[in-house]
Amino acid sequence: MASDADTRWYDDEAGAVVRPYAMTRGRTRSAAEEKLDLIALVLAEAGGTGDIEDLPDLTLTPEHLDIIEVCTAEAMSVAELAAETDLPVGVVRVLVGDLMHAELVRVSRPVPPAQLPDERILREVINGLRAL
Amino acid sequence: MALKILVAGGFGVGKTTLVGAVSEIKPLRTEEALSAAGEPVDDTAGVEQKTTTTVAMDFGRITVREGLVLYLFGTPGQDRFWFLWDELAQGALGAVVLADTRRLEDCFAAVDYFERRGIPFAVAVNCFEGARSFPAEAVRDALDLDEHVPVVACDARERESAKEVLIAVVEHALRRSAEARASEPVPAP
Repeated sequence: MASDADTRWYDDEAGAVVRPYAMTRGRTRSAAEEKLDLIALVLAEAGGTGDIEDLPDLTLTPEHLDIIEVCTAEAMSVAELAAETDLPVGVVRVLVGDLMHAELVRVSRPVPPAQLPDERILREVINGLRAL
Repeated sequence: MALKILVAGGFGVGKTTLVGAVSEIKPLRTEEALSAAGEPVDDTAGVEQKTTTTVAMDFGRITVREGLVLYLFGTPGQDRFWFLWDELAQGALGAVVLADTRRLEDCFAAVDYFERRGIPFAVAVNCFEGARSFPAEAVRDALDLDEHVPVVACDARERESAKEVLIAVVEHALRRSAEARASEPVPAP
């Protein structure tokens, strides 16, 4: 058995090689931030989807491309994108903000805060849960 | 459309277990890298240190029907991450406060939080190891809950049980919403 001194961390276990906000070129905020709630749903725009080679903007980073890839088949919440790409939520927000700006993704807002979803929706949720 | 319900409660009470019991995906974990001015741990130093902390949030998903998705978010257990709750709580349709009768005090903070913000919540007592008697009224008294706050027993590992808890929360939210509407002044025609 290896002693503690021999323990080495490799690959993913060693943590990120690039510091999180290096991927956003130091930006911690996005103009689109208030639209990017954890459950805001992000969907890659048709046309920008699928073939990454066709993307017009060459300044996109690999992380941008990862995000597009994850939300191509179906809409994904910001939280899911963060989990799938293994990036912090704050970083995902900035990158999704870029993609929105470039019109490569579409974001649908959740119900506005301070406004409960209407009763019809709540009933649907109850029935949906019962049917699970 | 996406909706969210928060699952709060003390550390180790079974939040992620409950999320996992009903989620259609294995609970995912997101990490929020927080960069905040150093907490005043060492006042004498007089130097504002910048620290980075990572907070993990576990969450799951239930597709209610096509185009309607319910997300469940386990809230970070430690009190020092309250400020993250504000973001999580924004637009939440309701919350579950998961309680363990052996250490009820662990959920005081969560109950207080949701009460203050007017977020509809239900208290779910996680009955570990098949605790036979479920002292609903004792729990209600101990937590000083409003009479209409649902208090339900659950086994966070069981899908059916976790479903019932969520249904209790949404039904409560529905009643609250109906009451709020009833008390609104009728707009002039």
